[in-house]
Amino acid sequence: MKGLFKIVVIALVLVVVVSCKKDTKPNYQFMPNMYEPVSYETYMESDAFRSGWEAQLPAEGTVPRGFTPFDIANTTEGYNFAKDSLSSPLDSTKVDLARGKELYDIYCGICHGNKGDGQGTLVKREKILGIPSYDDVGRAITAGSIYHTIYYGKNAMGSYANQLNEEERWQVTAYVLDLKAKLEK
Amino acid sequence: MKKSYQSLEVNSTNNMKQVNHRKLGKNILRLSLIILLAFSTSLSAQEGDPAKGKSLFNANCAACHKLDKKMTGPALRKVEQRLSDEQGLDREWIAAWIRNSAAVIKSGDAYASKIYDEYGGAAMTAMPQLTDEDISHILAYTAEDVPEPVVAQVTGGQDGSGNQEGGISNKMILGALAVLFALLAMALVLVRQTLNRFAEAKGVDISETKGTPIWKAFVQNQFLVLVTAIFLLLASGYFVYGYLMQVGVDQGYQPVQPIHYSHKIHAGDNGIDCKYCHSSARVSKTSGIPSLNVCMNCHKSIYEVAPETATAEYSKEFYDGEIKKLYAAVGWDDAEQKYTGETQPVKWVRIHNLPDFAYFNHSQHVSVAGIECQTCHGPVEEMEIMYQHAPLTMGWCINCHRETNVNVKDNAYYEKIHAELSKKYGVDQLTAAQMGGLECGKCHY
Repeated sequence: MKGLFKIVVIALVLVVVVSCKKDTKPNYQFMPNMYEPVSYETYMESDAFRSGWEAQLPAEGTVPRGFTPFDIANTTEGYNFAKDSLSSPLDSTKVDLARGKELYDIYCGICHGNKGDGQGTLVKREKILGIPSYDDVGRAITAGSIYHTIYYGKNAMGSYANQLNEEERWQVTAYVLDLKAKLEK
Repeated sequence: MKKSYQSLEVNSTNNMKQVNHRKLGKNILRLSLIILLAFSTSLSAQEGDPAKGKSLFNANCAACHKLDKKMTGPALRKVEQRLSDEQGLDREWIAAWIRNSAAVIKSGDAYASKIYDEYGGAAMTAMPQLTDEDISHILAYTAEDVPEPVVAQVTGGQDGSGNQEGGISNKMILGALAVLFALLAMALVLVRQTLNRFAEAKGVDISETKGTPIWKAFVQNQFLVLVTAIFLLLASGYFVYGYLMQVGVDQGYQPVQPIHYSHKIHAGDNGIDCKYCHSSARVSKTSGIPSLNVCMNCHKSIYEVAPETATAEYSKEFYDGEIKKLYAAVGWDDAEQKYTGETQPVKWVRIHNLPDFAYFNHSQHVSVAGIECQTCHGPVEEMEIMYQHAPLTMGWCINCHRETNVNVKDNAYYEKIHAELSKKYGVDQLTAAQMGGLECGKCHY
């Protein structure tokens, strides 16, 4: 009887120890000062900055390296101006429709549909409604208006300026024009 | 349906409320018949099919308008009636506005300028392609009453009960087994007692002869002691090794995040590409956590989850509450449809974290090598709560580098090095290891 009691106690202790392992807490580390970075890591909190976190916006009035300022305003007038006068800096040798498609399918196709007909997965599942087809006559999109819309967003669509860089935006613009031409056929 | 709609349209809702409810249907029919006869010429142009109107509305208007909620443009339920009651504007004005709102504003129409300014100068897209018939369909759809809330969570409830039944039956089986074993043990004890009693009754002597106790016999047998000691040492060595090897390994780490974000709903059910949100995985060392404006790309329009998204475990109210948390953090006033400017950071808990002495670059694996995110992160599209799938140990990295053939086809990054190395090794397919993926300095420096 005593033996049985001991076995039960040991089993209980084992169960308790095993159930102590929590998935919601990180594990121990051998040498934390080798594991944890000395430098500032992406998104880390830091009291070195007034905001309390590491990621900072560029100082006002400065242009980050490799960026070109976009001067057209985020207004209806700006949109119309871009629609009429803005054109792609990429010439025909630099336009890479394969890359444009790859980026388009990631960022745009989910709503606009991979054919550009406004029938993306989210539209078919009725999560987001009213996505126009690219050959919509009332909108009559041009390279400039596409770029302006990607840069600032329009109505319910948000800006994609932080997901696509300038060159990628123009590649996507070229691909959208390609889709539009196919739809209008 | 058509007739009752017309009566609604011509008489205001007030009239309808005054109708005796017991004879409501009949009265509406009669009323609409009278009206139809009286105004049949003028009404024939206004007939519209709400079903057709719905599809037209979803295709053309829903980008900016909802029926009962302000969006980019105003809410549109009963817009025709409201406009004629409040502003005295008729269908012609609406049609002109829909086809070319800019022209209406330019003509100096007071209400048109007012509404244009009220919505921050967002110009409504001109829809010259919509015919009179289309517009009447759409207006018929907007004139419908608010539908009765459908009894929700039918599928969710069924799923839940199914799961619960499974749980109960499992528990019941286990309980039955436990009871069975207890009964067996009791039966054994009873049998022993009975046998002892028989033995006593028959006068058989069952008292055990006292020999050397077993532990003494054990101690005297040196060979047995040696074997046991070696066995215990090996066993404890095994467990100590096992314990030390998992220190610093966070496989299965599943912290509670500040917002319950379900990868299953976003990446699984809705099929959103990983790189849509984690866009910097393409181009940088870090696969970034999306800033909240990326969430708002969709959640500006999606302010609640569909009833069928809810599961037995997580209700619709729960998910809607999580979207509210997003709005609070990003400072979005859903009722007014504008940003308040009061934001607060969301403190996501980092899951995958390599030690500082190991270098890893996402863009090299995602863009250059073209590896699927799931290779390292596991079936994220099935995870309701995100957890670490891979151990992220050095052995795990090395194994993959040894086994994975580098895809050099149509990959400009590798053309030259592939040509040289395949000559050197005399093979056609190169593994990541052969391209230098095992060199210490590649990851540790």
